[in-house]
Amino acid sequence: MATRKLGFVIRSLPYKTEASRLALTHAISSQTVEIYLEDGDLVEPVVCYIGDGVLNCLKGQQAAKHYGVTSIEQHARNSLLLDLNVMICKEDLDKRGIPDNALVLDAEDIGGETAAKVVPYSEIQKVMESVDHLLFC
Amino acid sequence: MGKLTIGCFSSLVGSLSLDFAVKLSEAAVQKGHKVDLWLSGNGTMLAKKGQKAFKDYSHLAKKVQELLATGNFQITACEACAEARGYHKDEMAEGLKRFSMDWYLASTFSADRVLHIGGD
Repeated sequence: MATRKLGFVIRSLPYKTEASRLALTHAISSQTVEIYLEDGDLVEPVVCYIGDGVLNCLKGQQAAKHYGVTSIEQHARNSLLLDLNVMICKEDLDKRGIPDNALVLDAEDIGGETAAKVVPYSEIQKVMESVDHLLFC
Repeated sequence: MGKLTIGCFSSLVGSLSLDFAVKLSEAAVQKGHKVDLWLSGNGTMLAKKGQKAFKDYSHLAKKVQELLATGNFQITACEACAEARGYHKDEMAEGLKRFSMDWYLASTFSADRVLHIGGD
């Protein structure tokens, strides 16, 4: 019985490439990974938004309206609904003038009980040092 | 010997990241390691059969088949990413697999090292 921690570090802008969306869908797929593992083994993702990646967390994305695709905001909400550990870099938000109330920090409207945390980069660094594998997206 | 899991989102033609991933796989296999290569996003195009070799473009199909023949290399494409690009199971190159994203996470579970190339 073991748990492997994966750190998904999202640095990419939303919609410019598929990278940030795929990071979230891969992290969310941890919910079904047990079908490939021995009983009791787990993969536990943590999602960290840094640099331009913090823009993925903005509320009010209109991807469905303009592109006919699900928004990254929706994936971010789903990650919280599924109780993933989500961290957003405070310094990178401050640099871009983004206040906390502009962010998807919870998924209460769809029944989520977990909140994303806005934290200093030093906290994210600690997480990056603690995981088994880092996946930069 | 160890196990290396590589995930790649980058496209077959238009970026050399996938070429790098295959070259790294080859180097690891030659040293006796096992390699799982996961293809997602545009990277899934590497799994499509019928790729024609042109000198101006990357052509990795032959190298992939050579690596598969070693028995120490497996390559799996994201099923949803492939379907979204309009190619289906019967268009997969020989020996390559298709699964959902959780296959990749399961591969990382037993990997000694993971290299994730998450850009285009």
